[in-house]
Amino acid sequence: MAALTPISRTPVSFYIPVVALAGAVAGLLVGTSQGSSFIGVVIGAISMSLIAFGMTHVSSPEKTLRWALLIAFAVAGYLFAKLPGLVIGTAFGWFFGWFTYWLYEGRYRARLAPYLTPNQVLWHFTFRVICGVIFGFLITPILVVLPLSFNAEDFFTFTPEMLRFDPAGYSLKHYRDFLTNEDWQSSLRNSLMIAPMATLLSVSFGTLAAIGLSQQHMPFRRAIMAVLISPMIVPLIISAAGMYFFYSRVGLQGTYFGVVLAHAALGIPFVIITVTATLVGFDNSLVRAAANMGANPVTTFFRVQMPLILPGVISGGLFAFITSFDEVVVVLFVGSAGQKTLPWQMFTGLREQISPTILAVATILVIVSICLLTVVELLRRRSERLRGMSPS
Amino acid sequence: MKLTTTLVVSSAMALATGFANAADMADEMTIVSWGGAYTDSQQNAYHTPYSEMTGVDIINDASSNEAVAKLRAMNEAGNVTWDVVDVVAADAMRLCDEGLALEIDFDTQLAAAPDGTSATDDFGDLLVSDCFIPQIVYSTTFGYRTDMVGDTPPTDICAVFDLETYPGKRSLEKRPINNMEWALLCDGVAKADVYDVLETPEGQERALAKLDTIKDSVIWWSAGADTPQLLADEEVIMGSTYNGRLFSLIEEQNQPVAMLWDAQVYDLDGWIIPAGLSPEREARALDYIMFATDTQRLADQAKYISYGPARASSAPLVGKHAELGIDMAPHMPTDPNNAKNTFLYNYEFWADYRDDIDAKFQAWLAK
Repeated sequence: MAALTPISRTPVSFYIPVVALAGAVAGLLVGTSQGSSFIGVVIGAISMSLIAFGMTHVSSPEKTLRWALLIAFAVAGYLFAKLPGLVIGTAFGWFFGWFTYWLYEGRYRARLAPYLTPNQVLWHFTFRVICGVIFGFLITPILVVLPLSFNAEDFFTFTPEMLRFDPAGYSLKHYRDFLTNEDWQSSLRNSLMIAPMATLLSVSFGTLAAIGLSQQHMPFRRAIMAVLISPMIVPLIISAAGMYFFYSRVGLQGTYFGVVLAHAALGIPFVIITVTATLVGFDNSLVRAAANMGANPVTTFFRVQMPLILPGVISGGLFAFITSFDEVVVVLFVGSAGQKTLPWQMFTGLREQISPTILAVATILVIVSICLLTVVELLRRRSERLRGMSPS
Repeated sequence: MKLTTTLVVSSAMALATGFANAADMADEMTIVSWGGAYTDSQQNAYHTPYSEMTGVDIINDASSNEAVAKLRAMNEAGNVTWDVVDVVAADAMRLCDEGLALEIDFDTQLAAAPDGTSATDDFGDLLVSDCFIPQIVYSTTFGYRTDMVGDTPPTDICAVFDLETYPGKRSLEKRPINNMEWALLCDGVAKADVYDVLETPEGQERALAKLDTIKDSVIWWSAGADTPQLLADEEVIMGSTYNGRLFSLIEEQNQPVAMLWDAQVYDLDGWIIPAGLSPEREARALDYIMFATDTQRLADQAKYISYGPARASSAPLVGKHAELGIDMAPHMPTDPNNAKNTFLYNYEFWADYRDDIDAKFQAWLAK
C-alpha cells in the first residue's frame, strides 16, 4: 500500500518516551526471568532511550546503525546466555532498530488517512497492540506444548539441554510411545470409531430438527428448541450422571452404542444452532417453486435445500465431531474401560503419571485440527466461488 | 428372507455359545487399578501370566482414585461393571462396611504359602478387613534434591520443618493424614503419644500451628505424580510422595534425588471384589485373586516396582529389577535399613477422626 500521508521527523520529546516505554516492557520480560522485574524495567527504559537518542543524533546512515544495533544485541545476548540469548538478542536488536526509526522518521503515520487526529492514531496502534496481546494470551499455552513434546526426559520441564538447543535434549521418544503403546493406540481407535458415528447421528437429527423448528406452523417451537439445546446449557456433569443411571437401567452403559448416543446428544445442539442460522437466509419460495415443478419433499430437500444450507451443516458437523473427540466427562460415566477414548487416556495419564506422551498427543491433535479446519475453509471458499457468492 | 433367517440362526448360536461359556466362568474381566507404572507392574506380574494360562481377556481401567464413589453409583444403578478393584486399605474398609465388597474367606479362597502356612498366617497383621486381600506395602516418604541441600543432606523428618538449614519450597499432600503426625513428631511429641495428642482439639491446633510455620513454603499435591515432577523441575527442595514414584525418579529417570526414609508411613494396597457380580463373573474374579496373590506372584511384582509384597513368604523371593537389573531388596520400604523409624497408617484413628480433622485442615488451608 502506498503512503497516504506525507511524513516528517518527529521531535525528541515524542519518540524517546515511546521507545523508553517499549524498552521498559522488554526490560520487564528479561528482568522477570532474571529475578527482578523492577530493575529490568528501569534498565530497559533508560538504556533503550539512550540508544535511541544516540542513533538519531549520529550522522551514519540508518541501515548501518540498525545492523550495528542488531549485531551488538546479538553478541550481548550470546555472552549473556549463549544460543538462546543470541536468538532473543537478535530479535530485540532488530525490533528496537526498526521501532526507533519507525517513530523518528514518522513512518507510523504514512499509511493512515491524513485527516486522523493524534488520538485516533494512538487508538489505531493501541488497538493493534491489544489484539496482539490477546492473540498471544490465547496461543502461548499451545506454543509451549509443542517444544516440550520433544523433551528427551519424562517431565514437563524445559531442561538446560533444551534451552541450549542441544540436540541431545530433544527426542521423538514420546511420539514413539504414542505410536507403539497399546493403551494409546486402543484409545485412539476408540475415539476414531466413536466420533464419526456420533457426528453422523448429530448431523442427521440436528439438521432435521433445525428444518422442522424453522417451520412457521410448528407448535411449541421455543419449548422444543430449549429442550434440544439443553445439553449445551446444563452442566456436563449433571447430564453425565443422569445418562449414567438411565443407560445403566436400559443396558446401554458401558457399550459402544451408549457412548455414541451420549455424544450425539451433546453434538445435536451445535448442529441445530448452525443450521438454524443458515436457514434464516434460506428463501422458502425455492421450496414452493420446486414443489410447483413436481418435486416431492424428499427430492426438494436433497436437491434444493440441502446444497444451500450445506455450509451450516458442515460446520455444525465439525463442532459435533470436535465435541465428541474432546469429551471426557460423559465418557467417564457412560463408557467402560473398553470404550476408553483419547481424552480419557490423556486425563488418567495426566493424573497418574505426568508423561510428555500427553504433550506429543496434544501436538498431533493440534496439527490435525489445523489441517481439518484449513481443508473445510478451503472447501467452503471453493464452493462459494463456484456458486459466484463471493467476488474473489 | 433367507438372509434374515441366516442372521437369526447365527446370532442365536452366538448367544448360545456365549451362555455355555458363561455358565462356567466369565471369559472377560475388567480390573481396576491406579494406572501408570503400577498397572504395568500388575500387567507383567499377574495379568499376562493369568491370560496365558486361562485365555481370559483382561481390560485395565485406571479408576482406582474414584473407586469408592463409582462402586456406590454402580451399586445404586444395579450395574456393576468391574470384576476386581485395586484400592488402598482405608477405601476397602469403607466399601466393606457399606456392603459393596465381597467378604473373603482367606484360608479357603487364597493360596497357602509353599511351605503350607495358611494364608491367614502368611499375611498376618496385614489382613485389616474381611473384604481386603493385601497385595503390597508401600510408604509415603520424602525425597530431596541432592544438589540443593548443600553438604548436609537431611537425615530426619524434621528437616521438612527446618526452613533455616533447608530453605526452599517443599511439597506435601493436600490432606491432614501423615502431615499432622509429622508435625507433632517435630514439635517434640514422642512417637508413642502422637495419636493421643492428635485426639484432642489442642493437639490438632498444635499440629496445625507447626504446619503454619512452613505454610508459605509448601506446594500442596494431590496426585502421586506431582512431587516427582516438582523435584525434577527444581521447584521444590524436598517433597513427600509414594516410595515407588521416588524409586522411578531416582533409578529410572536418573534425577539427582535421594530418599529420606525417616518416619515413612506404611500403607497397604490390595484387591477387593465388588459385591453384586453375577455368579460366573464372581467365580472368575475369585479364581484370578487366588492366582494373583500367591507367594510367587506377589514376589514377581517387586521386580517391576519398588513396593514390598504383603506376604511374609514372598520377601525372600524378591529378586532383581526386570530391566535395570539392580537388587530390589534395598529399595523396599520394609528393608531393615529403611525401616528404622516407621509409622503404620492408623486405620482406626483416621476412620474416627478423619472428617473432623479434614474440616479443620481445609479451613486452615483456606486461611
